[in-house]
Amino acid sequence: MNMMKNFVGWIDDRFPLTKVWNEHLAQYYAPKNFNFWYFFGSLALLVLVNQILTGVWLAMSYKPDAELAFGSVEYIMRDVDWGWLIRYMHSTGASAFFIVIYLHMFRGLMYGSYRKPRELLWIIGVIIYLAMMATAFFGYLLPWGQMSYWGAQVIVNLFSAVPVIGPDLGVWVRGDYVISDVTLNRFYALHFLLPFILAALVFVHIVALHKVGSNNPDGIEIKKNKDANGIPKDGIPFHPYYTVHDTLAVAGFLFLFAAAIFYAPEMGGYFLEHPNFEPANPLKTPLHIAPVWYFTPFYAILRAVPSMMGSAFPGVVAMFASILIMFFLPWLDRSPVKSIRYKGMLFKVMLFLFAFDFILLGFLGTQPTTDLYKLMAQIGTFYYFAFFLLMPIYTKLDKTKPVPERVTK
Amino acid sequence: MRKLIFAIFLAAAPMLGLASGEGPHLEEANIDLGDQASLQRGAKYFVNYCLSCHSAKYQRYNRMAKDLGLTDEEVINNLMFTSDKIGDTMNIAMPADKATGWFGNPPPDLSVIVRARGVNYIYSYLRSFYLDEKRPFGVNNTIFPDVAMPNPLWQLQGSQKAVYEVEKDSAGNDVQVFDHFEPVTAGTLSPEEFDQVARDLTAFLTYVAEPIQMERKRLGVWVLLFIAVFFVLAYLLNKEYWKNIH
Repeated sequence: MNMMKNFVGWIDDRFPLTKVWNEHLAQYYAPKNFNFWYFFGSLALLVLVNQILTGVWLAMSYKPDAELAFGSVEYIMRDVDWGWLIRYMHSTGASAFFIVIYLHMFRGLMYGSYRKPRELLWIIGVIIYLAMMATAFFGYLLPWGQMSYWGAQVIVNLFSAVPVIGPDLGVWVRGDYVISDVTLNRFYALHFLLPFILAALVFVHIVALHKVGSNNPDGIEIKKNKDANGIPKDGIPFHPYYTVHDTLAVAGFLFLFAAAIFYAPEMGGYFLEHPNFEPANPLKTPLHIAPVWYFTPFYAILRAVPSMMGSAFPGVVAMFASILIMFFLPWLDRSPVKSIRYKGMLFKVMLFLFAFDFILLGFLGTQPTTDLYKLMAQIGTFYYFAFFLLMPIYTKLDKTKPVPERVTK
Repeated sequence: MRKLIFAIFLAAAPMLGLASGEGPHLEEANIDLGDQASLQRGAKYFVNYCLSCHSAKYQRYNRMAKDLGLTDEEVINNLMFTSDKIGDTMNIAMPADKATGWFGNPPPDLSVIVRARGVNYIYSYLRSFYLDEKRPFGVNNTIFPDVAMPNPLWQLQGSQKAVYEVEKDSAGNDVQVFDHFEPVTAGTLSPEEFDQVARDLTAFLTYVAEPIQMERKRLGVWVLLFIAVFFVLAYLLNKEYWKNIH
């Protein structure tokens, strides 16, 4: 014991180990009323680590070459010891990452976690989300199946729709006139690089969180009520209380995650799309091209906006706007309260419809367009933007309830 | 709040069901991957009827031997025509460029075809060749119209013709809709025996598409049990720590 103390003391003289431990775990005071929705932050971290570790091991056997890529994935599935498990952990992990992040973001929307003083925390979060989408997009090309190939073709063509510089931009991104071996190589390089940038951004996200302190389901600042020692009365040390709490969440999550890996790794064609088991063929366009499920809400928005003067550019603008508009959320909400618990019916209905709308757009993005689906996607797109753009108005009009002094159960 | 979340999921549920559909009607394959005799027969049919044009270039012979309960000698003596090394994969001698000249398309590799097309698709496809004079080989397929491939199993199945019904489409025009097959010449097998051949072949291709799948499902039970026990311990630990927090 004494030796241990001496050792930690030796480290502490040279590196603030105990200080960091205390500031971020043992003496980081989190509100005691976290509920189910507060599990997804730590779960996202878990999935990120899963993706990086399984990804590094996959990279040991994967070959980023148009001739070899598809076969090397099958080699991993068949000949590499436990390769199938590592591959399914990675492919299922990609979808799990987005499920966890969408729930994490929805939590933020419900409890006003983007409001002052957490605006920057939210903005860093949106940047993380963008980095995640880029990583997933680059990664999806790597199996070099039909959907990998044609999905990438469609998405890169979006850049080609930019007026004037579009065609050159498309060639610059691809390194070729079509998706080819060159593209596969650079996407592989970027898919390996981005997760580490993502990890760095997550670090910044947590630093920002610990500066302002966690929000909670009541949306009130626990730092306003401190005891004689300067500890928030409604706060409890993150470690051990939330470390054991999150361990429970990890167990629950892993159960579902393992169930998917061992019993539904394709998830009916949503996690691993059926056409992706055919090798990429530049001469054979699939009848129906759809991105993976986590991109389909934005894909539906892209397709909902009609072309103007023969250019799909307006759709591209709408798609990027639908993501970038999230950056402005902290200033769009004018409600005097943060949490949905004390907001009025108006906000509750708007948020419920928004969640429904997002799922609806996600579904429409997986489907071939018909007149009915196109109209639904247009209404969905209209509502998506209305939710954000009208927020200053409806949050002002909304009848809010009085907020308590201290957190409630 | 909880009700609200539940309602969202409920609203989304029917959409998932809608996501499939379309395409020709597929028959249920009813394969059983636990039936090793069926897989072994499927392997025999595969090397005899498929493996001259179609490869399964990611499937190793010795892996197949192990998974199907065969010895290496049994495989070498009975199932290996294109190779003599037990560690080889199921390749073919036909060059792809020649095949393109003969068939119009090179016959696709069948290693993961079941994962691309589905079990019932493959089973139905194998049973759905019919006489059609307009096609170069005299046969067509209702599941894959105008397919470039002849029916490799015609001696077993015999030949059949497609019978169409006339129906009205939404615009009121007459359209020919496939109704059923009628046998023209008998094969060496009865229809039931032939269906079993198609089933065995489908089962074998399903195995080949993911050789680990049986082991994966077996292992999954233990993984889930382990996590369930871990969950109980985590629950108790959490309860112990949180008992004084109100």
